[in-house]
Formats: sequence, C-alpha cells, structure tokens
Amino acid sequence: MLETEIKVTPELAADHGLTAEEYARVLAILGREPNLTELGIFSVMWSEHCSYKSSKVYLRRLPTRGPQVLQGPGENAGVVEIGDGLCAVFKIESHNHPSYVEPFQGAATGVGGILRDIFTMGARPIAVLDALRFGPIVAHDHASPEAIRRNRRILDGVVSGIAFYGNCFGVPTVGGEVQFEPCYAQNPLVNVLALGIARKEDLFFARARGVGNPVIYVGAKTGRDGIHGASLLASAEFTEESKQKRPNVQVGDPFMEKLLLEACLEAMKTGAVVAIQDMGAAGLTCSTCEMASRGGTGIEIDLARVPQRETSMTPYEIMLSESQERMLLVVERGREQEVLEVFRKWGLDAVEIGRVTENGLLRVLHHGRVAAEIPAHPLAEEGPVYQRPIAPPAARAEKQGRERYAAFAAEGADLTENFTRLLASPAIASKRWIYEQYDHMVRTNTLMGPGAGDAAVVRIKGTKRALALSVDGNGRWCYLAPRVGAMHAVAEAARNVACSGARPWAATNCLNFGNPEKPEVMWQFSEAVDGIAEACVALKVPITGGNVSFYNETLGKSIFPTPTLGVLGVLEDASRTLGMAFRAEGDVIVLLDGELAGAPSSATGGEFLSSEYAKTIRGVVAGAPPAVDLAAERRLIDTLVALAGEGVLRSAHDISDGGLAVALAESCFASEGLSAEVSLEGREPAEWALFGERGARAVVSTSPELLARLHTIAAQYQLRAREIGTVTRGEFRVQYNGRVVVNAAVESLRDAWARALERALTTR
Amino acid sequence: MKFGVIVFPGSNCDHDAYHAIGTVLGQPVEFLWHQSEAVDPYDVVVLPGGFSYGDYLRTGAIARFSPVMRAVERFVRRGGLVLGICNGFQILLEAGLLPGAMLRNAGLRFSCRHVHIRVETTETPFTSAAQPGQVLKLPIAHSEGNYFCDRGTLGELERNGQIVFRYVTPEGREHPSANPNGSLTNIAGIRNREGNVLGLMPHPERAVEAALGSEDGLVVFRSMLESLTRQASSDPLRVSA
Repeated sequence: MLETEIKVTPELAADHGLTAEEYARVLAILGREPNLTELGIFSVMWSEHCSYKSSKVYLRRLPTRGPQVLQGPGENAGVVEIGDGLCAVFKIESHNHPSYVEPFQGAATGVGGILRDIFTMGARPIAVLDALRFGPIVAHDHASPEAIRRNRRILDGVVSGIAFYGNCFGVPTVGGEVQFEPCYAQNPLVNVLALGIARKEDLFFARARGVGNPVIYVGAKTGRDGIHGASLLASAEFTEESKQKRPNVQVGDPFMEKLLLEACLEAMKTGAVVAIQDMGAAGLTCSTCEMASRGGTGIEIDLARVPQRETSMTPYEIMLSESQERMLLVVERGREQEVLEVFRKWGLDAVEIGRVTENGLLRVLHHGRVAAEIPAHPLAEEGPVYQRPIAPPAARAEKQGRERYAAFAAEGADLTENFTRLLASPAIASKRWIYEQYDHMVRTNTLMGPGAGDAAVVRIKGTKRALALSVDGNGRWCYLAPRVGAMHAVAEAARNVACSGARPWAATNCLNFGNPEKPEVMWQFSEAVDGIAEACVALKVPITGGNVSFYNETLGKSIFPTPTLGVLGVLEDASRTLGMAFRAEGDVIVLLDGELAGAPSSATGGEFLSSEYAKTIRGVVAGAPPAVDLAAERRLIDTLVALAGEGVLRSAHDISDGGLAVALAESCFASEGLSAEVSLEGREPAEWALFGERGARAVVSTSPELLARLHTIAAQYQLRAREIGTVTRGEFRVQYNGRVVVNAAVESLRDAWARALERALTTR
Repeated sequence: MKFGVIVFPGSNCDHDAYHAIGTVLGQPVEFLWHQSEAVDPYDVVVLPGGFSYGDYLRTGAIARFSPVMRAVERFVRRGGLVLGICNGFQILLEAGLLPGAMLRNAGLRFSCRHVHIRVETTETPFTSAAQPGQVLKLPIAHSEGNYFCDRGTLGELERNGQIVFRYVTPEGREHPSANPNGSLTNIAGIRNREGNVLGLMPHPERAVEAALGSEDGLVVFRSMLESLTRQASSDPLRVSA
C-alpha cells in the first residue's frame, strides 16, 4: 500500500507516541486530519527529546542571563563573550539510549551531534569533554559476573566510539569524568560537551530569513538509518525488546563531518550564508521547521532533490531520517554559486532543495505532490507542555540506614589498607586507560589535559587567554538528596575551574533522569533544577544551554537522577594555569577551607555515609550529601582565582571524591616522584577527616617564601588557610591528632591507583 | 626558507604544523591543497598528521593518489626536503617514498601520550642540530604506528643509517616497555636512502612550546633550517626566490 493511502487514525497516532490530547491539538493546528508523513513529523517534533514537553516549565527557573551571555538556551549552542572580541560557543548533550543499544556508534554519533551544534554557530570546535556513567566493572554485590563483563564491553565500546569520532575529526578530548553505579548497568550515560571559538561578528544563527532565498542541503546522503533514532529512542523507557532497535541507531562518519566543518566555515566566510542548522534529531523535519519558526518565515522543500542513499524512500522516511553529517543552509539569492563552489571543493553534495517562503508553512513536495503542509511555528514552538505530577519518593530504608555503617575505625587505627583500596576503586583510580585513547593534544592548545589538573585548559592562540572546562555530577548524592546533590555538581565544576586558575564564567547542563511520567522522577527533576538554579546564581555562572534526557530506565528501574554540569572558566593569563601536581620538595601544603567555622563538629556522620569511602570500603549508600555552603564556595573560588592570578600557588586541587587523603595523593601522583607528609587535627573520627567529602575546600601548595602572601590574600577573602604539611620525597604519611594513620611508599599507592582501571578492563 | 603544509581532506594536524613553523619558528609557511601540483616554491614540504580520507581503506592509501603526491615525488627526486608526520608518514609509505608498512598498534588501540625517542643518526637534514643519541620527549597519537618491513629491508635500513628515531626509555635505553605500538626494533622514524625524506610517528610539531609539555620537537625543524641554510650558502643556484 502506498504511504499516501494509509489513513491516519487516533490509534495510529497513539502508535506514534502521540496522546489523544496531542492528536487533538494536531487536528486543531491543521484544521484537518494529517496524512502519514505529517503525523510522523508531529510525532518527532513533539517527542520528549525534541519538544522538552515535560521539562520546559522547570527549565524556565534556570538563570540564563548575564552581561557575558550572548546567546542562552534555544539555539544550537550557548554563546558567551570572553574578551578580545571572541566568543566561546559550548553545550553539553546526552546520547544515552543509543549508547546502550549500540555503544560504539551511539557514543560516536553523540560526539558528532554536539560538534555540529558548535560549528553550525560559526565556531571551530577546540575541545570535547565527556561525562560517562556505567554499571560496575569490578566485583560488586549488586552485579553478576555476566553483568560486569557486559558493563566492561559497554565501556569499551563507548570509549572506542568517542575516540573514533573525535580523533578522526581532529578535536582534542581534553577531559571528563567517569563514575560507576549499578543503576547505570542497563542505561549508561554518555554526555558530551563541546567547546568552540568564534569572533563575535562571525557567529551564525539558525533563522531562515529573506523570502525567496534558496535552501541548500549539504553533506551525507539521506538513508533509512536512524528513523526515529534519537527522537524516539530517547523518549521511552527500555524494555527487553530495546535491542531490536539497533537499526534505529545512526552510524557516524567523522571524515564526512570533518569535511563539513571545513566547508561550512569556509562557506560562512563568503558572506552569502544567511542561516544554517545541522540535521540532528528529527533530521530534515526539525531543521526546516525550526529555522522557519525562528525566522518568522516558511520553508518549502522538494524531497525529490534531497540526495538519497537508498532508492524509493518515502516522504515519511526522508523527513524522519536521522542520517548523520548533514546540514541545511539558507543562502542569499543570487550568490548560491559561491557557496556551492566551496562545497564542491571539499567534495560534498550540496543541492538546492527549496526556498524560504512568506506564508509561515513548512511545505514538503514530493514529485510534484504536496506531501506535507504544516504551519512551522506551531509545529516547532507550540507543542504540548506538561506540568506533570510530582511527589517526593517514600523514604527508602537504605537512606535511613546509618546502622548499616558499622562503627568508625578505632582511634589511631591504621587506615593505609582501606586507603589503598579506595585509590584502586574505579571511581577514584586513574582514568589513563581511557583518556590515552583520545587525542587530547591535537590543535596544540591543550595547556592542561586529562589527569593534569582539576579542569582542562585550552589556550586561545593569538591572545593571552585560555579557557578552562570541567564537567561534574554525583548521581549518588542526587539520589539521596536531589537539590543538594545538584548544587554540589555546580559547585564542584566551578571549584575545579577555579583550581586551574580560571574565573568561572558560564555553565551548561545535561539533565539525565528517569521516566517523567512518574511523580517521584519529576520531583527529583524539579528539586535538581532548583538546586542548579540556586548554585548558578550564587556562583555567577548562568546556564547557556544543555539538554534533558528522560526515560533513563530499563525494566522499570530508574537511574540515579544525574545532572551533569559543565562549567566554563576564563583565564586572563594563560601562563598562570595551575595544575594539581606538587612541584617542589619542601613546598608547604595548605588546606583552604571556605567554611568559616570549619568542619561542623556537631554533625552525626550522616554526610559521611554518602561518601565514596563508605560505598567502597563499607558497601553503604546512605545518609545525605554534605550540606552545601554556597557562600563558602564563592569565597574559595574568589581566593583561588586571586592566588593563581598573582602566581602565589604551585598547585591546586579541590577536595571531592575520596576526600582530603585522595586529593593529597593525586597531587603526588601527578608530580614527578614527590610525596607528602601531613598532620591533621580534629574532633571527628579519622576516617571522616581523611575521606569526608565536604565541599568548599582545596589542597594547595606554595613555596615557603610565598606562604605569607598566601595568608594575606586568604585573609582578604575571609578564607581559612591552614598549613597541614610539606611536599617531600619520602613516604606518603598522614598523622591525625598526633598518630600516624596512613603510611606507605608513594609508589605502591600510585601503582594501586594507576593500574586499577586497566587491570579491570583488560582481564576478561 | 619556505614551508608548504599539504592539506588532504581529513588532515587535522595541518594547522598545528603551520603554527609551529609560522608562529613559533617565524618561518614563511603556506597551506598546499591536495589537488595542487605547485610544490616548486617550497624548500620543505610537510605531510601533516590526521585522518586523510578518514583512513577508511587503509591509512594513507587514498591520499597517495592525490595530485599533489605526483608533484611531491618529483620534488623528492629533485632533492627537496619532505617531512611526513604520523598520517603523513603513513602516506609516504603508501606512496613508496619510504620503505615498509604500518600495522595496527600491538594493543589494537589508539594511543595518545608522550613518549621518548632517541636520535639514531645526526647525519640527516632533519637531525643535524641534535646530539648523537639525544633523547627527545614527543607526543604520539595514532592507532596504526606499528612499523613493519621485511628482514632484507630492515637490514638495508640499518646498514644505510636510515633509522632516524627509535622509541626508548626516558634514560635512552631500547626496551620493549618503551615501545608504544609494537614497532619493529622500536622504530619511530626512518628516512629514505637519499636522506631528503623523513617519516616519523611522533609529533614534533606538537612539542615546540614549553607550555605544551615539551620543546624537544624544535630540533627537527631547526635541523632543517640549518641544513637548508648550509645548502643555500654552498649552492647559490638552489636558493629559492
């Protein structure tokens, strides 16, 4: 039967994921019944992935403005001014569902998609970071050996996919983070952040303007791959059958994308390009109606002219295909040849497939017949918006279960063995095995790559400046307390950026959650958004974009709510970039603490139960995250930026996963054979003092000569700075209240930390 | 001295080489499109790293058929200096301008990190400014850098002093643990018999500024400049306009 002969019924609409209400809205917009192609178009545009229908009302709470913000959410990527007439264009996006169905291609096309978002704006991508979440890859109470093997395979596929795409494209993958929890076993998270640079006057936007201007299709041919790929895969929960959706996952061609990048940037230079948008989720559908809607125009295209990879594709298939590496341009009438010439030079298909119209319609022709005719603006902007029911989850037993944490170790007990185990846990261990598979140096801007500092730092050639980036998130904390957990994500990313010496400047977020139709998931979402908003306001980092990924559930089990935050920072003087490595024997180690009163001595230890140590050593996920003190974070950030700017510090490293002891060890591991001898005092148990994860703290080192200056500056910002030890070449030794609690050769600690991931991933 | 950096579709270290030569060394440098055959204005032609044609068939296998490669062959016959870095090295192998072939890395994975290589001979225009046996710290970034050739070819390379760089420990010792990709006898770079073509897997152009972790790559570029200056002063007819 021909597609045009299929009668659209409410049942068919339901099969396309449209509710009865949504279908009624379609009928109202069109004033008639849609044909099958139109139904398909509505279904993808109004899918959760494309329409943000469940999240829209919450996202309005995020702070998105600031003097530095040129473009907030709503375009292909956010844009902030960074001085010297330059702009940073950046965004983080998820590719979770495809990466579970097909880890390699899912992750690869995740990288491809976000890179297109960046160069669509006229910016050359200069860095990529990834936030990844997997199920456990070492023996775990809640995972069978088969599950662990599968988790390793997924990790291997995802990492290879990111490497394949980013390396070939020629963008450095400069940083990121990886965490492991059983809830991600059947729903890994792949969040990719890309950063690009453009001159302010060279920015491009996706607004179709100029009635009569030609619409040009560029790049890969359209195939049947990826129909309902991102848009629908990401808009429903996973079931046992989800693996059958493998053909829905797109296939990436980084070489094609590299050609597209160079050709698009060159075409933009001609001055003849009016607007440009990539074809990502919902492909041709999304790019045409969004460009028309934003430009206040209409677009008419003729599908017969769309380059096609396969024969006899129907309008439905062509409009919904998510074939990768395609772009849509609007070009000034009369100057088409200049643009087409550029694409010809790069060996790319570039075809005029339509024109900008004044009637506000997305009109799709196919061999002379009208295959679809829909008002563009209502399609793109007036989709359903839901205020879904929210409800806090019933208190879970494990949340209360402090008793599950058997008593703290006895006073003065030797914690060396526990410490070594903690260092070797996948969450803490070196990620070298992963990041060495990524080219993190190409384009020769990477001042600080993975493993060298708290944030990745890339310089901007031709200026004195550099940009710092960090992505962070803690699903376990967000699960225990979504609002506080989300605030921590912002605070940690901002702190990391400040530790590199950069002033936190703007943020992007990727919100990974379960099924929004469940009230407790929406509650988590609402709480997390509020937490992000509060922290972003306090730390002066407006949100400039990002994405929402719902339906991260498999067989009815949701992931931990996992917002990942990317914070961008600006270093006025690239030569002041700070790493985490200790630099010289005899340097003084100082603990910077933003909290005025110091550690809350009255706390009962609840915050400690949510730590990496409690999880790894005692198998406990309970309690609540440490309280966040945003004013303290702010003081710490300001102090770090001031200290770095004056060149007072030799190293800086924030305290996060694994606490103070891990921070100290990592500063040793990153150095050339240096160690630390530290003496601490306090009233809380030693485990808590060493491995507690309270925020607003950093471990820094400085030379004895500059110590006084450090104290002066810290005092100016009302920050407590305490000398806790010395950089040495001897044993790694920590004393607590006068008794040695950790004592080991730094090399043996380093070995446990450095090789753990490799050991886990290369033993089958 | 004028450098030309070839741009193949998929080259992605072209800008890095350009920056190293133009900005760091302050030498005249231009991009050279792969369909051009105009290599004559240049004293040195650089084949940069990257993924020419996506490396989809075999690394360098398609790029060697680019029109510019015909011109590069003539340029080589005339004695012009050609430097192939990473993918550029792979293209030179495919083009037959250097002997041998590349296999996948022994670990079958892409590897990006700093390694140490030892200068095996200073009798080349690419290493004349180095000390014999000098150890250089340079980055690698490849998944097919496992150099291989037959026994006869290896013997010839050794006899003719064509092995220019070997992977070594930081102390300069040849050891399997210092070999990042399984390369035959730790070979990191070779020259042609005539000595005017060098291919190497590590990236000297990424190691020309201390801020990026190493300046050891400078010696390769300085050697070329010195050699060309010497050549120019001894042979006035070779001076380019």
